[in-house]
Amino acid sequence: MSAPVSRQPSAVQFVTRLFHQPYVWAIVALILLLVINLTKNPGYLGVSVNPATGNLSGNVIDILRASAPIMMIAVGMTLVIATRGIDLSVGSVMAVAGAVSMEFMNNAGTGSFGTAAIAVILALGISAVLGTLNGILVSIVGLQPFITTLVMMLAGRGLAKVITSGQNTSATNESFRWLANGTVLGFPVVFVIAVVIVAVLAALVRRTALGLMIESIGINPKAARMAGIRPVGILISVYIVSAVLAGVAGIFSTASVMTVEVAKTGMTAEMDAILAVVIGGTSLAGGKFSLTGSIIGALLIATLDKTIVYMSIPSSATPAFKAIVIVVICLLQSPRVRALFNQRKATTTSTRKEAVSA
Amino acid sequence: MTTTQIDKPASSALLSRLKPNLETLPTLAAVAIFIGMLIYGEIAYGRIMQFSTISNLLINNAYLIILAVGLTFVILTGGIDLSVGAVIAISSLVGVMLANAGWNPIVVIVLMILIGSTFGLASGVLIQYFNVQPFIATLAMMFLARGLAAILSTTPQRLEDDSPIRTLSTEWKVYDGPKINDLVTTPNVLIAAVVVIVAFFLLHRTRFGRTVYAIGGSEQSALLMGLPVVRTKLLIYVISGSLAGLAAVVYTSKLGIAQNITGVGWELDAIAAVIIGGTLLTGGAGFVLGSVIGALVLGLMNVLVTRDGGIPPEATTIITGGILLAFVLLQRVVVSRKRKT
Repeated sequence: MSAPVSRQPSAVQFVTRLFHQPYVWAIVALILLLVINLTKNPGYLGVSVNPATGNLSGNVIDILRASAPIMMIAVGMTLVIATRGIDLSVGSVMAVAGAVSMEFMNNAGTGSFGTAAIAVILALGISAVLGTLNGILVSIVGLQPFITTLVMMLAGRGLAKVITSGQNTSATNESFRWLANGTVLGFPVVFVIAVVIVAVLAALVRRTALGLMIESIGINPKAARMAGIRPVGILISVYIVSAVLAGVAGIFSTASVMTVEVAKTGMTAEMDAILAVVIGGTSLAGGKFSLTGSIIGALLIATLDKTIVYMSIPSSATPAFKAIVIVVICLLQSPRVRALFNQRKATTTSTRKEAVSA
Repeated sequence: MTTTQIDKPASSALLSRLKPNLETLPTLAAVAIFIGMLIYGEIAYGRIMQFSTISNLLINNAYLIILAVGLTFVILTGGIDLSVGAVIAISSLVGVMLANAGWNPIVVIVLMILIGSTFGLASGVLIQYFNVQPFIATLAMMFLARGLAAILSTTPQRLEDDSPIRTLSTEWKVYDGPKINDLVTTPNVLIAAVVVIVAFFLLHRTRFGRTVYAIGGSEQSALLMGLPVVRTKLLIYVISGSLAGLAAVVYTSKLGIAQNITGVGWELDAIAAVIIGGTLLTGGAGFVLGSVIGALVLGLMNVLVTRDGGIPPEATTIITGGILLAFVLLQRVVVSRKRKT
């Protein structure tokens, strides 16, 4: 199989390699969704430049903006899932981060840059504390990640409500608002920040041995420990990273409306994150992970959200479509269906060989 | 009082297999906490240990008891069902809409339960035949049910006042106490009681129940022993789904309103009830009656928080989370103790 591939020109090689990536179907689905939108409105993909401000605008830019928070939680979730864990608390942490920043800015009263900076630091700090709690309970106490983060999901939502005394709190602060509505070189700030964070994180896990250690814990915790990898530190830091990124996502999603809806902010976000990770080809059983895949998954989800609104389907119905996507992907990943596919592939290649020899 | 009596046969049935004192410790802790909460409430706020409060506790939590019983089956095998809250939403929404369209109430109720069974079956098939992790499969079902409910309607649907389904929540005065201190019950409470009794019989007295415990202990061993693992696992998800459908009937008949956001987070309440009741999250050990106590602990906690007035109602989820965490930690201690001995 590999011998004929290496003799082919590099462009073909690149395409073949791309087709062996698990996220190729996500790219296909993404293109399919865009085509569906194009059939409704041929100018859907058009991006226009505002001559006065130099800002880019258009549906594609909207999708990039909407994908930023999903990217954040998806990347954190990828690392957690790679260690055989799961973080169900990301949505609640988003709400806590949003609640802390809004409540602080509301009480501070001044709309200065300094207030916004402190609000961001406070929000991320509290997220980190929640993440540390998750990490300690999972790694040192040895509870199942699923139940630990479920408790945190429950308690976090309550914490967000206690912080704002159950009210949807809003605040005014132009610097904070700029995070969500501003632009850098024409691109939305949130998207730029998200890309920078992902790039830094990717460099951290892929240019050092950290990524390999995370994968080895996911593949076989016992063997990893025997190979001299200390799981406690890595597990705690993975959960902290996930929570802090969820905090960033919470800031992103509250900054755009400058209001935290304690019962709604980050609701079902954990599903989006899991979905993005699974779409990206990272197995829920842990082990090998793909950050690129998760980013593509996040883009796909943002596009799906926008498409559903664009098709004037009520947005509260989106979970049904996401559920269908996740069921289809789980089915495609399952051994039973794979065996079926391999069987068919085997039969088709053998018939082709027969045809050639004949 | 009654709980300690009923606990005895359960533990004696298990006596031969496992050490009973460690096994029953979480359940006993839950019973102690329930009694402690009753006494504390009586001393601090008064009017807790009386007929009307206890009747209301049962009437208001009948749906939670039914849900918790369903989840007990699933958690005993080491699985989880996150879809129950969303199944209640779609089931009650469909039920109210059909009842208002003039359908026969019996047909409507049967349909509501069957909707739950269908979702349960779907989860079971995904888990059993396609190796999907239980919480992913049921999370997907949760989203599917929630999304379909939103497609049906996003506004609250009101069950007509003269609908026969409402008769399930008529209050029967069992004992006429002084003033408003009556012992009352509703058909819903009786339904919950029947569910508990049947589940108790199924789990502790039948071959099916033993298979459930065996799968929770070790699925591999159960398979090697020739137990019907596939059938049993499918069946427990169907049971959990059907009971969610039944809980929807109970809840709808009581409240008379269905909405696509009904039951958000109830799966967590039900899981908390099961865990507090002493069922091991890893499966293999636990009692149906423990889950009932767990549900009552949560219900009583809500009553106490309301009576206290000083605790913001927003904090209840934090308290629930805290209690859940404490009991998971207790389980952890019990399990590690058991390994040592």
